Amino acid sequence: MMEIDARGVHYRDLNIQLKEAAAAGETEFILHNINGQRYLGTGIDKQVNIQVHGVPGNDLASFMNGPEIIVRGNGQDGIGNTMNAGTVIIHGSAGDVLGYAMRGGSLYIRGDVGYRVGIHMKEYRRQIPVLVAGGTAGDFFGEYMAGGIMVLLGLDRAGGEPLAGDYLGTGMHGGVIYLRGMMPKHRLGKEVALFEMDDGDEKVLPKILKEYCGYFELDYDQVREVPFYKLVPVSNRPYGNLYAP
Amino acid sequence: MYQQIDGIARPRIPSGCSISGIMSTRGNRMTGDDIIKSIATMHERSNGLGGGFAAYGIYPNFKDHFAFHLIYHNQQSQLETEALLKQKFIVDESGPIPTRIMPQITDPPILWRYFVQVDPEKLFSNGRLVGLRDYVVGVVMYINNNVPGAFVASSGQNMGAFKGVGYPEDIGLFYRLDEYEAYIWTSHGRFPTNTPGWWGGAHPFCLLDFSVVHNGEISSYGINRRYLESFGYCCELQTDTEVVAYMFDLLHRRHNIPFDITCRALAAPFWKNIDMLEEEDRQMYTAIRQVYGSAMLNGPFSFIVANKNNMVALNDRIKLRPMTCGVKGEYVYMASEESAIREICPDLDRVWSARAGEPIIASLEEGITV
Repeated sequence: MMEIDARGVHYRDLNIQLKEAAAAGETEFILHNINGQRYLGTGIDKQVNIQVHGVPGNDLASFMNGPEIIVRGNGQDGIGNTMNAGTVIIHGSAGDVLGYAMRGGSLYIRGDVGYRVGIHMKEYRRQIPVLVAGGTAGDFFGEYMAGGIMVLLGLDRAGGEPLAGDYLGTGMHGGVIYLRGMMPKHRLGKEVALFEMDDGDEKVLPKILKEYCGYFELDYDQVREVPFYKLVPVSNRPYGNLYAP
Repeated sequence: MYQQIDGIARPRIPSGCSISGIMSTRGNRMTGDDIIKSIATMHERSNGLGGGFAAYGIYPNFKDHFAFHLIYHNQQSQLETEALLKQKFIVDESGPIPTRIMPQITDPPILWRYFVQVDPEKLFSNGRLVGLRDYVVGVVMYINNNVPGAFVASSGQNMGAFKGVGYPEDIGLFYRLDEYEAYIWTSHGRFPTNTPGWWGGAHPFCLLDFSVVHNGEISSYGINRRYLESFGYCCELQTDTEVVAYMFDLLHRRHNIPFDITCRALAAPFWKNIDMLEEEDRQMYTAIRQVYGSAMLNGPFSFIVANKNNMVALNDRIKLRPMTCGVKGEYVYMASEESAIREICPDLDRVWSARAGEPIIASLEEGITV
């Protein structure tokens, strides 16, 4: 196990240190006093475990391919940008453009998430990214989503606080969003609709939720007390004719 | 990708500006050390072509004077401006703005400050009484518009702007901000995209005691500028952010619109959301959009505006730029990244992200005088 006091360490030096140690066979990292260092987890193509104490900088786990990152604090913007494989577990909240163009792996956030979460997330065959947010989300959740699974729980919500902001699923043309609770139609994008859960969904969602509850010591049955709905696109390839009429 | 800097093609490093602000709502003054540390955390967001600070409460011995911070590109511009200042004001004190010699800061212009008062008799012009602040604004506009090579960096009471070309942490040390004490500090690290990096074009942009630090771009600049020009403002600083400072002066100071409603006019709600409001609010927002349509700011932005009593964070209506806020006791923090706040206050009482178009306003507590 490698422990690093990252106070005042530049992200380039820190990431080089992590990469070199991982290449030499180290598998467990504990990073103390992280504050604003970017691109943590990027470029390490191995299943190492990285514990982060503090607030990691933007683009945490961007292009990440393998590691598990546990953050004991809040995350910033651009987490999981074009991530390919691995897991990120954040015990606080996360910022905007979370899971941008994500193409594999999992992001589990305990708290609220920002704007444009899951924008342009995609999937291919068995490569299906998963994103679960425990709190509420800002506008444009699932914008231009092309694949993958997102779950929005709205736990610990104050009365009247909406689960997500405006333009939910705007431009979405693939994948599925599970919502713990209803959303009014005027907050949905034009390309999506809400449906009741079916048997197929009950094969997918419980596994994801149980894993999520395990990470944050939540009671699965309690989380399921509120009914879930699924949001999916109602048209295929809405932009198919945009550039080639 | 390459961009031209000083006529030389250099690699273009994609980035975004950084902003940060600290306020003591009890008016307690702090040195510039923390704000420098905070903005330095986000070094990667700027590219060395601009940094700056606004500080409130720094001139307690001259707190009723208007403090003019001037940027001169040559001695001729200084001579011309000083002749004008002496004609328009009573100049009680003046001198160079103290700086440190720093290898990182090259070719600084002449930086001078003046503490001035207005002779009340000057406010009568052609048989008409001009407001004190309108008079001062008139002089600022005149200098920026008519004196070649002279630019007013700030013109407020008991406040000042310190800005230039360089990384913000270097600009802060260059201006010796560790030796000043202020109850509001705002700061900016610049990554110029559409306009040149020059000393007058660094943030903050100030008029009277308004200051603005801004991350993003004002796509509606043309409309906003024409609207402001019809009220006598001149936009001469080659940067979109300038219009934000003047909008606050026009709407809040001259039209007496409260700070929060001014913000709602600049980042007005969408019509589809206005239609869903209760009747009273619906009428108010309809009126705001009708009257101040040309004041609305379009494009991606997050900015921190301050004046003597307030520090305000505002995002564009669909949140295309970041903004995090934190509170610890009497201290309010606003920054592009949470890490910039945690760097100077690790154990916040509360931390949250600003929502699109919803202003976050920190004000001096009631009864506090500064």
